[in-house]
Amino acid sequence: MKRRTNAVVAMALAAAMTISLAGCQGGGGASSAAATSSSGEAAESQSSQAEENTASSQSESEGKVLNIWCWNDEFQSRFNDYYPDVQTVAKDKSTTTLKDGTTVKWTINPNKGNNYQDKLDQALFRQESAAADDKIDIFLIEADYALKYVNSDFTLNVKKDIGLTDDDLSQQYKYTQDIATDSNGALKAVTWQATPGLFAYRRSIAKKIFGTYDPGKVQEQLSSWKNFSSAAAKMHSSGYKMLSGFDDSYRVFSNNVSAPWVSGTTVTVDPNIMNWVKQTKEFTEKGYNNKTILWDDKWSADQGPSSKVFGFFYSTWGINFTLEGNSLKTPVSEGGKEEKGNGIYGDWAVCAGPQSYYWGGTWICGCKGSDNIGTIRKVMKSLTCDKDIASKITKDTQDYCNNKAAMNEIASSDYKSDFLGGQNHIKLFAEVAPKINLKNTSSYDQGCNEEFQSAFHDYFNGTVDLAGAKRNFEKSIKEKYPDLTEVKWPS
Amino acid sequence: MKIHSGTARSKKKGISYAKWGYIFLLPFFVVFVIFQLIPLISTVYYSFFQYFRKGLQIVGPNFIGMQNYAKLFATDLPKYFQNTLLLWVVGFIPQIFFSLLLAAWFTSSRLHLRGQRFFKTVIYMPNLIMAAAFSMLFFALFSDNGPVNGTLISMGLIKQPIRFLASVSGTRGLIAFMNFMMWFGNTTILLMAAIMGINPCLFEAAQIDGASGNQMFWHITMPLIRPIMAYVLITSLIGGLQMFDVPQILTDGTGSPDRTSMTMVMYINNHMFSRNYGMAGATSTVLFILCAILCLLVYFVMTKGSRDQEVS
Repeated sequence: MKRRTNAVVAMALAAAMTISLAGCQGGGGASSAAATSSSGEAAESQSSQAEENTASSQSESEGKVLNIWCWNDEFQSRFNDYYPDVQTVAKDKSTTTLKDGTTVKWTINPNKGNNYQDKLDQALFRQESAAADDKIDIFLIEADYALKYVNSDFTLNVKKDIGLTDDDLSQQYKYTQDIATDSNGALKAVTWQATPGLFAYRRSIAKKIFGTYDPGKVQEQLSSWKNFSSAAAKMHSSGYKMLSGFDDSYRVFSNNVSAPWVSGTTVTVDPNIMNWVKQTKEFTEKGYNNKTILWDDKWSADQGPSSKVFGFFYSTWGINFTLEGNSLKTPVSEGGKEEKGNGIYGDWAVCAGPQSYYWGGTWICGCKGSDNIGTIRKVMKSLTCDKDIASKITKDTQDYCNNKAAMNEIASSDYKSDFLGGQNHIKLFAEVAPKINLKNTSSYDQGCNEEFQSAFHDYFNGTVDLAGAKRNFEKSIKEKYPDLTEVKWPS
Repeated sequence: MKIHSGTARSKKKGISYAKWGYIFLLPFFVVFVIFQLIPLISTVYYSFFQYFRKGLQIVGPNFIGMQNYAKLFATDLPKYFQNTLLLWVVGFIPQIFFSLLLAAWFTSSRLHLRGQRFFKTVIYMPNLIMAAAFSMLFFALFSDNGPVNGTLISMGLIKQPIRFLASVSGTRGLIAFMNFMMWFGNTTILLMAAIMGINPCLFEAAQIDGASGNQMFWHITMPLIRPIMAYVLITSLIGGLQMFDVPQILTDGTGSPDRTSMTMVMYINNHMFSRNYGMAGATSTVLFILCAILCLLVYFVMTKGSRDQEVS
C-alpha cells in the first residue's frame, strides 16, 4: 500500500514537473498567440464569409468586432474622444463600443525593441487562417518603417478597397500621402496628423543671449547651420548649451538628403548625414551639448526647470506631448497643473530653425481580410478627412492635424498656446508643413537611422575613431538586413 | 529495500521495478526531446540554409551549404567570443573568491558566526531579482545624472559626472559586477554544502595535530570540495557563455561602446531582427561546439587528481 502511494506521489510530481516545464518553455509563444485563438472548421467557414464581405465592400453584414493594433494609447484616445460613432469606452479602455454595436478591440504592444512589429508581423502571417472576429482590421504604422507595410499585400488600397475618394483626401498634406503610397502608386494608409518640425527654445535664455525672445528675431539668429553654430558659440561662452545631445539635430539632416538610404542592395550614406556627424562631433568637442542620447533620462531632464539647454528640435507631437510634460516642475501625475509658474511652462517658444524637416507620425492602415470595410472607411474619413474634427483636435490638444483648410484657418486666427508663451505655433507649422519633401524614403529607414545614430555615439564619445564608427555601422546594418551587401560612403 | 530485492530475485516471474524507473523518467525525456533536442537539431539543420525575412517577405529556406559559416568566420566572431569570456572571467574571479571565503566562514566551527540564516538570505537576494530588472536598475543608478553620480558630486569627490556607460571599462565592469552580485550567493550555498559534507573527524584530527585554520582550508577543505568546484566552474562557464540579458538591457542591445560588450548570444539576437534563422543557427552551432570543448577541458583539468586516485 505504502509503495503504491509512493508511486502515485512520484507520478504526480513527475507530471507536475512536465507541466511546469512545458509552461515555462511555451510561455513566450502563448502570450503572443493570444490575439488569434480559434481554429478548425468554424474559422474556415467564417473566413470564407469574410472574403465575400471584402469582395462586396459595401455589404451591410459587417463583422461585430473591429480589431485595432497599435503601440501606445495616442490613437486610442483620439479615437475615443473624436470618432463620432463611439458609444461607450470600457473602464480599462481595452474595448470601445460603437453606436451600431460593433466592439472595437484594442491590442497594444509597446514599441521597445521592435516588439510591436514582431507581434504584428506574426499576426499578419496568421491573418488568413484566423477567425473573422480575430482578424486584424486596422493597424498603425510609423514613418520610419511605413514602406515595409505599404509595399506589402497586407494593406488595403485606401481608394479602391476602402472607398475614400480623391475629394475626401484633398485637404491632406501631400507628404503624408507620398510616404503611404506604394511602388505602384496606390495609397495604402492615411494619417490624422502632420508632423512638421520646428526648433523649440527657451525664451528666458534667448532674452539673455540675443537680447530678444521674439520668434522672428531668434529665427534670424538660427536661419542657417552657419548661424546656428555661431549662436551655439555664444551660448557656450555664457554657460549655456545649444542642444542637449547627439541626436537632437539628426532628423533635420536626415530629412534633407538627396537619395534614399537604400537602393537595391546598397546602402548609400548621404553627404548631409555626414554633415550631422561633423557638426555633432564639433559641438561635442567644444562643449556645445550635454552628450545626452535621445529619450534617456538626462535628455528629458534637460527639458526641465533646472536645465541650461537652449533648445530642442521637435515636431508637432513632441511639443504638446513630450516637451510640455518634461517642462513641468510638478508633473501632472503628482497633482501639478499645466499652467504658468509650474516649472518652465510658458517659457518656451518655437521658430522654424535652419532647415525644414518632419519627425514621426502615425498612419492608419486597413488590413487585408478585414470584414469591417465600412467601419474602416468611416474611421478614416472622420478622423483624417473631416475639417471640423481636425480643427477640434488641434484646439483641444495643440496637436497639428492633417487638414490644410482647418489648419490654415487656425493659423490665421487669434489662437495661441499658453505653453509657448502665447505664440500661435500652428501658424509656423502651417508654413513649414507644405515644404516637407518625403521622396527619399526606403523600407530600411528605421534600421538605418537607429544603427547610424547608435554607431556614431561611440565616435562622439571618443571611444572609436571615424573609421571605426563607419565599420560598426556597416556591421550592424548587415546583421539587421541580411539582404544588404554594401555600404557606400560619400567621398 | 534489501528484503524486497531479495524476494524479487528469488521469484523469477517477479515484478520488474525497472519498468517504473523508465516510466518515471519518461516525462523528462518527452520534455527534453520536444523542447531541447528537436530545437537543437533544427538549429543545426537551418544553419545550412538561407532563411530570413525581407520586410514582410520570407526568403528561403534555400540550401546553401557552408556559406553561413564562411560568412560568420569573416565577421568579428572571435571578438564577441573574447568579450563573452572576458566578461565572465572578470565576474567569476571575485565570485569564487568571496564565495569560498564566506563558505569557509559560515561553516567554521571556530568562528561560529551568529545570524547565519540572515546573511545567507541576504547574499542570495540579488539572484531572486530578474536579470533584466537588475540590469535596468543599474542602468538608472549609473546613468549620467543617476543617483551614483549625484552622490559622488554632492560629496565633492568629483566635479563632472562619470560617464560609466560611455567607457569600455565602465560598461564591462558594471556587467561583471552585476553577474558577480547575482551569483556569489548561489555559489556560496553550493560550496557550503560541499564543505559540510566533509567528515568533521578530519578537521578535529587536524586541530589536535595543531593545524591552523589556513592550513586546514588549503589542505583539507580545498582538495575535498574539488568535484563541487568543478561543478560550479562548469555551470558558471556555461551560464557565462550564454550571457545575454544583463549586457543586452544595459547597452540597449548595442554592445556599446565599440561593440566591446557584445556577447555571443547578443550577436545571435542581432540576427533575429530579420528572423535570419540561417546565420543565427550557424552562430548558435559554433557557440554550442565552443561551449562543449571548454566544458570538457575544464572537467578534465579539474578532476584530473581524483580520477588518477580512482585508477590507482
